[in-house]
This record gives sequence, C-alpha cells and structure tokens, in this order.
Amino acid sequence: MASRSTVLSWTLAAVVVAAGVIPLLIPSMATLVVLILAKGIVVLGIIILLQAGQVSFGHAMFFAAGSYTAGFWGRYLGVGDLFAYLVVGTVVATLLGLLVGLFVVRYREIFFGMLNLAFSMVLWSLLEKMFHLTNGADGMRVPRPTVFGMAFSPDNFQYVLLYLTLAIATAATFAVQRFLESPTGNMLRAIKSNETRLEYLGVSARRVLLIGYVISAALGGIGGVLVAVAQQIATPEFAYWTKSGEFVFIAILGGVGNALGAFAGSAVFELVRFYASAQLANSWQLILGIVLIAIILFAPNGLIGLWKRQRAARDET
Amino acid sequence: MSATVLLEARGLAIRFGGVVAADGVDLDVFEGEKLAIIGPNGAGKTTFLNITTGYLKPQAGTVRFLGREITAHRPRDITRFGIARAFQIPQLFLDHTVIENLLIAAAGQSGRTILMRSLHDLPERSDMEALLDLVSIRDVADRKAGELPEGKRKLVDIAVALALKPRLLLMDEPTSGVASSEKFAIMDILVAALDKQRVTSVFVEHDMDMVTRYADRVAVWSAGKIQMSGPPAEVLADPVVREQVIGI
Repeated sequence: MASRSTVLSWTLAAVVVAAGVIPLLIPSMATLVVLILAKGIVVLGIIILLQAGQVSFGHAMFFAAGSYTAGFWGRYLGVGDLFAYLVVGTVVATLLGLLVGLFVVRYREIFFGMLNLAFSMVLWSLLEKMFHLTNGADGMRVPRPTVFGMAFSPDNFQYVLLYLTLAIATAATFAVQRFLESPTGNMLRAIKSNETRLEYLGVSARRVLLIGYVISAALGGIGGVLVAVAQQIATPEFAYWTKSGEFVFIAILGGVGNALGAFAGSAVFELVRFYASAQLANSWQLILGIVLIAIILFAPNGLIGLWKRQRAARDET
Repeated sequence: MSATVLLEARGLAIRFGGVVAADGVDLDVFEGEKLAIIGPNGAGKTTFLNITTGYLKPQAGTVRFLGREITAHRPRDITRFGIARAFQIPQLFLDHTVIENLLIAAAGQSGRTILMRSLHDLPERSDMEALLDLVSIRDVADRKAGELPEGKRKLVDIAVALALKPRLLLMDEPTSGVASSEKFAIMDILVAALDKQRVTSVFVEHDMDMVTRYADRVAVWSAGKIQMSGPPAEVLADPVVREQVIGI
C-alpha cells in the first residue's frame, strides 16, 4: 500500500498534467481551465478560514481588489505587464485584508460572516456608484497584458496565461498545505475547537486569525487578477455577495480538509456551469443546487472526503 | 518550607448579583508548596482561579505574582508571566492528537509560530515526548484528544499546562469526574511530575483524602474569606472546619 502522502503527490501530479495537457488538445478549454484554477486559488483562502470555523461571506472584496487593480492599471496607466498586475494586485488585496481583518477578527461565526459581507458590499457600491472612476456597472476593460515584457497573440497568450496560472496554483497549494501543518495553521484549527484554551497558552487567537485572514485575502487578490485577465474585464459583480457565496459553495463542494479540495470543487463548479448553462440557459443554478444538496447529504467532507473514504474502504479489504 | 512568596492576593472582593464569592480574601502562595483550597460548594474557590488567571476582574483587591501586579492583565499575558492553569473539565483541542496538543502549547510558549515549518518538526518535540512519559500518557500520544476517556484527558490537560513550563500551576479539582479507583493513581503521577519539574501548585479540591495525602498546606475558603490555613492534619481536625466544610 502506497503511503497517503505518496498517493496525494501522484494525484496532484496527475491533476497538474491533465490541466496542462487537455487544453492543448481542446483549445477552447484553455480559458475554462484558467478560471477553474484561479477560483481554486481564491477558495484556498476560504479553506484557511474554515479551519478556524469561520466563514467569510465577503471574500469577493479581495477578489475584486485584485481584478480592479488590473482594470485601473489598464485604464489609467495603459497596457501593463501580467507580472506587475499580479504583484500589485496581491499587495493591494493584502493591505485591504489587513485593514478589514483588524476589524473582523474580533468577531466569530455569524457576526464574522456578516461583517465581511458588509465590507464587501461597501466595496461593491463604491465600484458601482463611482462611475467616473470605475465605469460603474459596465466594469473596466482589462487589455491583454504583456508577460515579462513580451507581447503575445491572443492564441498564444491564453496558453501563457494557462501555464502561469497552473504554476501559481501549484505553488499556492503547496504553500497553503505547509501553512496548515505549521504551528500557526494548527492554532487556526485550535480556534475552532477551543479558543479559550488557546488564550490560556499565551496565544492571541485574534492574531492567529489575522494571519490566516491576510493570507486568504492575498490568495483572493491573486485569483482576482487572473480571472480579470482571462476574461479581460473587471465588473462590480466581482465584489457582489453572490460571488462570495460562490467561493464558499466551491469550498464546501470540494471539501475543506485539504488544499486539493479547492480545485476539485472549482472544477466541478465551473464545468457544471459551462455545460449546464449551454443546455439549460436559465436554470443551470438548479443543477448546482442539487449537486450541493447531494454533497451535504452524502459526502459532508466534500469531493475530497468522498475520494478519501473510498480509498480507506479499499485499503481495509 | 521556603519563605519566598510567589503569589500574593490582598483584599480580593467580587460578588455576582447577591452572591458574595470573595469579600476581602488575603492569600499567599509560597514557592515550592502544594496548596489545597477547600470550602463549601459555591464558596468562590474557582472564582479565585479565574481572578488569578485574569479571566475575571475583582471588584477590589490586587494579585501580585513575583511582586508584579497582574490583576488587570489578560489570561494570555498572565500565562506568559508563568502561571498555567488546568481545568475542572479538561479544555483540549479535541480534533488534534495528544502530542499535537502539547506541541501547540510548546509553540505558544516559545512564540515559535513560523509559517512554513510543520508543527511536528518543532525542536520542542523531544521535550514534549518526555513530558508525556512523565505524565504516563506516552501510549496515547497519537490518539485524538476527543477519543480519550476522562481520566486520560485530565492528565493531558495537566500535561498541556506543564508544557508551558510554568512557575505556578493552578488546578481545579484535578481528580473530579475520575473513577475513585483511579484517583490516587492520577494524583501520584501528577505530584511526581510537579516535583520533578519543581512547579508550585494550587489545587481546588473536594476530596479530603486527596488533601490529606497530597497537600503541604490547606486554605479554607468559606463565606468569602480565608477562614484558616495550615498543615492538613491541623486544619482538617478543626471542629468548625469539620462542621462547615467537610460536613461531619
């Protein structure tokens, strides 16, 4: 029997290869795979907060912070570089995460969730109402950036974006998995099981949650830049509460016990949306709803939990 | 007995509505001793632990630890000063294994919370394994705390407190909820560990057998005051104490 971590590494390798190869065979899949990976990166952040038992219904604000960084850059500074978008977008989202985090880490559970929602809706209204700056509900176009100073044709660019996104997603997955195994990552889980005891160990639970929150905000920003560049637009809808709900939905769908769950959930979500919306123009959400109900009823640990359970059953026989 | 005063409470007063838990409590804890606090139910013994660890603020009075006033500090600051606490109902991270519970405590104590290193690779790991040996729970090191029977959880709870390398350990009924056949075994382990680590301890206790056998000194907490304190044999022989506290 192969050890658990070996199996996980091979699965990860297989997923990375599949994400890299399939779009070469079916070019129309390239942008879809970028969206899956980019949203998976955002969902990694949701998973970090879920370790502490906290659900943010406002994480779209960091996603939008990343997207609008690219949008503003395109509008006010001209065509920029993807690398610069990523760096600045991550910095902006991180700083916003620190600012908002200082408030929200004082609260738990429903209050934490709602306060996040409130902050994100403030950002949404600003983006929507400050028409002269943000182009309002129409959003801001994100012109195709250069990559490390090189300009690419649209066809080539989608592959460059794909492989860059794949590299970032892989690195982020490893980093998040390491973080969750670190003392601070374990303290996040300790907030969920016994916050009082954590304080009695001389640890500030708020500080631990703030560290997790800022990391999750940074991941939101990275995902936001990548989605805006892939779709060539940033709209206020990126900060809307339904977008935040989508990220939480994907996290639960994929399973929150493991960083890979983010991408499993994201893949199922985007594929259902892509194919179901082609077949059932107005009721594709219905299919997603049914999928989520099935997951909650039959696989409370998400797709990754389902897979692990099957493996465990097989190992026993 | 060493005469160094580790903890010094003066004039503590606190009431909850009409209930007076403390009304001018003066109590010293000397370095190296094992002090038992006894008293009727609801007298305020646990309140004393809550005040000393910063969980409650007294309405009057001060607590000094090593000469430093700690009355207004938060639990996590007081923990850092060197006072650890074990709970009547064990307070553990139930989703973590026993060794992980200790390692989280060790990381909290050392401030070693670096982001990219596994909890299991902390340099304190061998110390924590030694602590598990000391408290005789090495056999359950990799079991989840939530799966353990109460007696083991009590020991894990105390081990987590000892992982902080405290000068003073406060314990709230260390053997409550444990089968009477196990009580002496648990206290024997505990007292040996305290002696080995040279930790001063205060424990709230209901069981007079425990007090007689394990305490160096007993303080009687009743009607919001310390009524008397001294060696167990002397205090427990006092007719008033026998009537009001022990109920004979």
